[in-house]
Amino acid sequence: MIFDRAPSDGAPASSRPVRRHPAGRLEGGDPAGRMPALRYSDPYFAGVALGLVLLASFVFAGRGLGASGAFTRIAAALSPVNRQPPTANDPWLLYEIAGVIVGGFASALLAGRVRREIERGPRLSRGLRLGLAFAGGAAMGLGAVLARGCTSGLALTGGALLSAGSWIFMLAAFAAAYAVAPLLRRAWR
Amino acid sequence: MITAFAIGIAFGFALERAGLGSARKLIGQFYGTDFTVFKVMFSAIVTAMLGAFWLSRLGIVDLSRVYLPETWLLPQLAGGLIFGIGFVIAGLCPGTSCVAAASGRGDGAMVVLGMFAGVLVTGFAFAPLRDFYSSTSRGALTLPEVLHVPYGVVVCAVVFVALAGFAAAERIERRA
Repeated sequence: MIFDRAPSDGAPASSRPVRRHPAGRLEGGDPAGRMPALRYSDPYFAGVALGLVLLASFVFAGRGLGASGAFTRIAAALSPVNRQPPTANDPWLLYEIAGVIVGGFASALLAGRVRREIERGPRLSRGLRLGLAFAGGAAMGLGAVLARGCTSGLALTGGALLSAGSWIFMLAAFAAAYAVAPLLRRAWR
Repeated sequence: MITAFAIGIAFGFALERAGLGSARKLIGQFYGTDFTVFKVMFSAIVTAMLGAFWLSRLGIVDLSRVYLPETWLLPQLAGGLIFGIGFVIAGLCPGTSCVAAASGRGDGAMVVLGMFAGVLVTGFAFAPLRDFYSSTSRGALTLPEVLHVPYGVVVCAVVFVALAGFAAAERIERRA
């Protein structure tokens, strides 16, 4: 029910064609006739908020944010022959990533954006999209292990702390992404 | 651990609010149509960087006690390149894939699974990578140390680069 917001479970769509959210801002479209969702926040506002979260993490936890480290840690616990050094040997990241899931869900729920769907380019089949999602995820897994972090733990955290390796990683990732984007145009455009 | 959980909640909340739980929105960055990734990322970096700089300058926070991601030149260069390619294939990064999955998106859940598989396989096949992985270690190295300029100068430079980037992003978006 949470995942599938039919027009009937909330706003009587027939009597009120447009249900205005308290904030009064609507996401355009709403092709499936579902409840219109809140528009996304201004990127600069959201970015500053994210920066304050990162700063709070520096101050109160003595470390920045992270994401891939949680995967690394679970993987290391599962595989007996896993030889990769325990980059983060404490459960901090596991609690943090659990929070990310809860926070992301809460935000989407409050904005009316929770919806079971598979986001994909207009020409891509669902199966192919899921396959590419898996493959891309796996490549990022390899990259994150080699680099000892991802967009969160390395680029964002180390970027703000002016770590040299973080900036190398960030520039390399953006450069590679821009280089391969034209080749993958058919997947997204 | 409550701190970790609370910080995670705020992190996930901010990512979702910005729209970064959506692969199609994220991927606009690389086709010149939507620069949300750059805008959010760099306003966050600038905010946290200025905050850390001033809190440390005013003696409120001891930055030497904040964990600084270590520098490993070649592994991070190669890892970054592979990561960037994976990013465009997947449309989401590790953190945002968790948010996408949490808001009901199957592609997000698939990126999470793929990421996990990638980390696991890399772990099992780690032996040939070991030497490369531990090469070119530079420890806790910062840009001010590399460039031999004061910390504040690099902070200023990053702020100006970010502002110039924002202006360029706005102009390109308006044209798209």
